[in-house]
Amino acid sequence: MRPLLYILPFFAVMGLAFWAYHENYATQGQLKQMGRLQDEIGRLRDEIAMQKAEWAYLNRPSRLRDLAAINFDRLGLMPIEPAQLGLATQVTMPPAGPLVVTGTTMTSASDEEQIP
Amino acid sequence: MIRTPLRPLARILDARARGQNPDTIEAANLAARHEEMKDRARLQAERRLRFLALGFIVAFSVIALRMGTLAATEPSELGTTSSGSEITAQRADILDRKGRILATNMMTHSLYVQTADLVDPARTASELARIFPDLDAETMLRRFTDGRSFLWVKKVLSPEQMQEVHEIGDPGLYFGPREMRLYPNGHLAAHILGGSAFGNEGVDSAEVIGTAGIEKALDTRLRDPAQSNTPLQLSIDLTLQANVEEVLGTAMKTLNAKGAAAILMDTHTGEILALASLPDFDPNDRPAPALTGDPSESPLFNRSVQGVYELGSTFKIFAVAQAMDLGLINENTEIDTKQPFVYDGFRINEFDNHNYGPTLPAWEVIAVSSNIGSAHLGLMIGGERQQAFLRTLGLLDPPKVELAEAPGARALVPKNWSGIVTVTASYGHGISTSLMNLAAAYATLGNGGLKITPTLIHSDTHTPGPRVVSEDTALAAVRMMRKVVTDGTATFADVPGYGVAGKTGTAEKPKKNGKGYDADKVINTFASVFPADNPKYVLIVTLDEPVETAGSKPRRTAGYTAVPVAGEIIRRIGPLVGLRPDGENPMGTLVAYKDPVAQE
Repeated sequence: MRPLLYILPFFAVMGLAFWAYHENYATQGQLKQMGRLQDEIGRLRDEIAMQKAEWAYLNRPSRLRDLAAINFDRLGLMPIEPAQLGLATQVTMPPAGPLVVTGTTMTSASDEEQIP
Repeated sequence: MIRTPLRPLARILDARARGQNPDTIEAANLAARHEEMKDRARLQAERRLRFLALGFIVAFSVIALRMGTLAATEPSELGTTSSGSEITAQRADILDRKGRILATNMMTHSLYVQTADLVDPARTASELARIFPDLDAETMLRRFTDGRSFLWVKKVLSPEQMQEVHEIGDPGLYFGPREMRLYPNGHLAAHILGGSAFGNEGVDSAEVIGTAGIEKALDTRLRDPAQSNTPLQLSIDLTLQANVEEVLGTAMKTLNAKGAAAILMDTHTGEILALASLPDFDPNDRPAPALTGDPSESPLFNRSVQGVYELGSTFKIFAVAQAMDLGLINENTEIDTKQPFVYDGFRINEFDNHNYGPTLPAWEVIAVSSNIGSAHLGLMIGGERQQAFLRTLGLLDPPKVELAEAPGARALVPKNWSGIVTVTASYGHGISTSLMNLAAAYATLGNGGLKITPTLIHSDTHTPGPRVVSEDTALAAVRMMRKVVTDGTATFADVPGYGVAGKTGTAEKPKKNGKGYDADKVINTFASVFPADNPKYVLIVTLDEPVETAGSKPRRTAGYTAVPVAGEIIRRIGPLVGLRPDGENPMGTLVAYKDPVAQE
């Protein structure tokens, strides 16, 4: 009986020591992993900042203006005119009434060709 | 220790001789010895207990101290202290009011040399000179070999240059990480942003400090580590700024002007939506200030804030507004405009020696811009009240805007506000002030008379300023300025539907030798508010020495230069700020639907 009382605590101490060391190493591993992740976050933040700067650079008004001028024949982009702003009441609406049925195709006011 | 014997022979023999029992001697000695042993044991136990107590005290003190430090310090997770965010943004970004980037940071590298590690200084020097054309191979070689151990070669490298330097392969060449300030829009808003430079430089990093503009004025805010992740949002709108600069640049070329400036401001908040000054510069590569010549002709000079000019007739509206606010006149009161008008020995003339007859109603004094009428108004008000009013409007102090240059733009005001100063100040001569002050003063009139302080910082909340003039006066002033555009000197700014109201100003520049004014060198200003029925924006346009040569003789009045430019700016930015033109649509009804039958 007596030896058991000595051996059991011994194994308990060994087991706990093993567990404690294990936890210690696991913690250190996690800390390293966290450090790596933080490095990566920092790197990605740098890259995001760079991409944002690049985006701002590519979208600078002078470049867009030049692009609009170069592609004028394809896009026909013009500065917005005061006349382009109006009230909803100034817009002519399609006449109320049933949809016109011609032959088998249905024509409605939302057909593309009818909108300038 | 010598043990005392229990039965010392001498005493035993002595006792026996006297017939006593010698055992009592032994018992007494035994008792004494036990007593002694007990004393020793107690002492030992006492020592051990003390030692144990000391041990406990030490152990518990250690625990208590540790608990104390844990409780007193901020909780922090081990290893999280080196987060990447501080590294990426040492200096806060600057954004426009819609969140578009005006200034940001970019990681790049600097190049330095540890001469002790150089293997082949001659080849390194010649290779560096090949990569960087501004470096001279011989100078570099001399520096590499004159005994110094360390020298900077380049403060910032592009990735391509870095690769090329890397390919030289000399171990004495080192790269240091550098955070560089980048202004992706180039010249745009150059005078607002100002520029930045490296401050204290180390191998691993360098301090970026603002050198001008808002970068300098708000340097502490931008460098504050606690706010480095919160970008600074300006009131500037990049689109409006680009349009204003474009129109202004074209106008400056066609009108052959030396410079131009424009300010677009929100009348209700004082937020500056666009602020332009031409010629400008690239803040990414801010030129060094010129050491010779007139600093006000340098591209670095911010004409809209730093420049103080005699703003001419744009001041007349202040004289009329004050006279109305004091109850001296109303819009239709006839004002004396009789020629000739001599005050204190100075003859006051109308522009181009016009004669507007003996009297004009107050609104027409503004519409035709009569100097004599304004002078009489100034005299009615009196110098003291006039000076106080101009000061309340902020015209006599440096502009209070967040730019490093603003505090230096002191208004030039005569020390002694004599009668002739009152006369000339009422039509904008004799005192010089910044365009920013003029914009703020017009915004105050456009804002119903509540004082406006200009700002470049976007904010959702604004506290209204103190009242400067009554609401009726402010409305009447805007109505009169509307007449200037419909019937007066600024008809070219009458953009259909936008109800532009404004006042022109043409001021001859003082001669360089200080003797009088130069008739061929003028500063033309148009100060406007729009739309007139509910002013939302103030636009100030100034051209320096413009000349309009389309007609038979060159014209230098604001009505032919600054006014059409302002009109074009308003026509361009009106739709961009979402202002719908009032009244008749110039295009007729909008067509979103065509009757298919009618089309055929």
